[in-house]
Amino acid sequence: MTTTTTARAATGPGKSTRAAAPSGKPFVTFEQANRRLKWALLAPALGFVGLMIAFPLVFTINLSLTDAFGAVNAGSSYVGLQNFTDALTDTRRFWPAVGRTVTFTLGAVVLETVLGLALAMLMRKAFRGMEIVRTILMVPLLATPVAIGILWMLILDPTNGIANHLLGFVGIPPQEFLGSVSQSLPTLMLIDVWQWTPMMTVLLLAGLTTLPEEPEEAARVDGANAWQRFVHIILPMLRTTILTALVLRGVDALKTFDLIYATKGPGGGSDFEAETLNVYAYGLTFDYQEYGLASAVLVLFTLFIVAIVVVLRRRTERSAS
Amino acid sequence: MTQAIRPRRALELSRRSFGVLAAASVLAACSRGPQTASPNAPLRVLAINHVWTQAISRYLPELEERIGRRVTMRMLTADQLTSSFNVKLNASATDIDVMTIRPLQDQMMFARNGWIADLTDRVEDDADYRWTDFQDAPRERSITAGAAVSVPVVTERPALYYRKDLLQDFGGAPATLDDMLDIALELQRRTEGFFGFVGRGQRSGAVTQWSSFLYSFGGDFTVDGRSGIGSPEAVAAYQYYGRLLHDAGPPGATNMSLEQAMPIFAQGKAAMYVDADAIYSNFLDDSISTVTDTVGFAPFPAGQAGSVPHNIPSWSLAVNEFSLLRDDSWEFVRWASSPEMVARLQSEGIPGARQSVWDDPATLASFPADLAEAMRVNAANGVGHDRPEVMQVGRARDIVGRPLVSGIVGEDVASVAADADAEFNDFLVRDNRQQEF
Repeated sequence: MTTTTTARAATGPGKSTRAAAPSGKPFVTFEQANRRLKWALLAPALGFVGLMIAFPLVFTINLSLTDAFGAVNAGSSYVGLQNFTDALTDTRRFWPAVGRTVTFTLGAVVLETVLGLALAMLMRKAFRGMEIVRTILMVPLLATPVAIGILWMLILDPTNGIANHLLGFVGIPPQEFLGSVSQSLPTLMLIDVWQWTPMMTVLLLAGLTTLPEEPEEAARVDGANAWQRFVHIILPMLRTTILTALVLRGVDALKTFDLIYATKGPGGGSDFEAETLNVYAYGLTFDYQEYGLASAVLVLFTLFIVAIVVVLRRRTERSAS
Repeated sequence: MTQAIRPRRALELSRRSFGVLAAASVLAACSRGPQTASPNAPLRVLAINHVWTQAISRYLPELEERIGRRVTMRMLTADQLTSSFNVKLNASATDIDVMTIRPLQDQMMFARNGWIADLTDRVEDDADYRWTDFQDAPRERSITAGAAVSVPVVTERPALYYRKDLLQDFGGAPATLDDMLDIALELQRRTEGFFGFVGRGQRSGAVTQWSSFLYSFGGDFTVDGRSGIGSPEAVAAYQYYGRLLHDAGPPGATNMSLEQAMPIFAQGKAAMYVDADAIYSNFLDDSISTVTDTVGFAPFPAGQAGSVPHNIPSWSLAVNEFSLLRDDSWEFVRWASSPEMVARLQSEGIPGARQSVWDDPATLASFPADLAEAMRVNAANGVGHDRPEVMQVGRARDIVGRPLVSGIVGEDVASVAADADAEFNDFLVRDNRQQEF
């Protein structure tokens, strides 16, 4: 038996060469072996990412190509892109759900941005009681969406809720709110605005505090009024912050599930009036046990979100540059 | 043989070997451990948050002493329970031993998936258990593909809850559906927030209670394996229920399930209410009801085909196929559904499924007299299902419930029912294919 040891020859500082074994195979030097240590050190993080992100994603994509029904561990067959075709040609549930997802997100996020910016401008300068106002503003953020949903269901109950009693004082007839097919989505958007406007305020306030004061001062000296200073000085400088806040809140709003499910139940209501893509996918999974189709909807939803994020990121980068 | 001696072998971790190591680690982590339960492992029951579960949990020490094992019971709402089963049993979880399931909602799918154990030999071979003592309809619903896979513990029928003080002038509770509609329309003062009738109106949630209206009009969900929801009887039932809620019911009825409808009657804001008889105690509880002294109970009113309510096993016990404590799980089921326990619980106001217990007047003593009579009459006339008997019950309920919602919001029911009928027929073809397991 012949034993060969690894040769080690330095050709310069920090450099090493590979010596060939008689068999022709290269040996691994100590430095090379040491470099591979990084894989061992990275292992926990890579394992976590693999298990928690990559595996579910790959699993869902795989499931979306099958006719899995009833149980994911039961037998299923590959059906190619059939589930995607079924989803994309479904004008009764899928496309209306896409429309509601977009409507809900756009409506809620635009309102939250406008109101959040207005509140941030108001709170930009210190005033007496500012800390109390900020604390009160944070309260909706602390509650879980399910608790908020139940709270608003009680307030807006058409028969026993306090909202209709209050409207009665000003002569407005009772409303059905979440019980109405036409009012459900706008009502849910307003609840979302109530909960998430404070977050937009905090983000935009943080952006406002970093703005230099000189340009605004110069504009004031030149005779620009408050509105002109806001439109021509503050808004352009705050654009990057606004876009970042829009991306963060927009992606979050797209994924809204708990609030809708807590208030409207399975299917987003009797006429699917508040069924967004998330609620639809949940229903396909847990009410219908159609795992293949549900996975296809989720994959399409993920692609949809990724596309929006990419577009917004590019806009952010362009505006930053 | 030539062998290279490599320095610090422990540090040499190529991408390939790292991948192999990671995969092996994952497989090791995911592989099943020893397939026997620890002697100290508790028997785990995942159950519905229901008066039955709360009652049975008080007697658990008796069983724990008998099987020499601790019993833990976790309670969830119906939706949470179904989601939990779906998640856990898809992963072949062994941390559930006994389950409460809705036989008419879950059982066929769970049996197809291989999630619930076959109990046929256990229920049939045990003479003391008296399997044939269970009422026919609930017992038949325990059998899927020829195997007994669950045991009924709670049965349910609709009851007509009404305000005795308001209906006194009309001669008491209505005996027919026509009378009920007339009285509801006469008593309602919608602008003042008082309603002649309240009931479930959610697309899927209302289907079970509406079923009694459907049967009493002479219809059914399916007729000879095909959709029955486009029949004249079904359309009449849709129109009737829609008018009842549209003209005499509260606003926002299409968003109402049990949780929204019940408080309206309990707060004295409706004259009549049809829902499960199992919830009667909510109206006798001073802390949540203002009608404790005025509520009356009556059998389901008669339609053109007579009074034909549903009489169903609402909750049953099943054993997880993946349980490591099958024998103890069966002991739990046997104990909780024994003649003695069913009699004990029915005496506490929880209606069971054993005929011998129903035949014993002492077990009905805890119910208000008029409710006991209503339950007896409804049980005698009852049909054993309250929703389509299919594999994919959730999708079926969504289809069947569509004309119901149209009626409640005042739209044309006939055309929607015809459309839903065609959709339901297509669905039944697909569902029948899935039932071949």
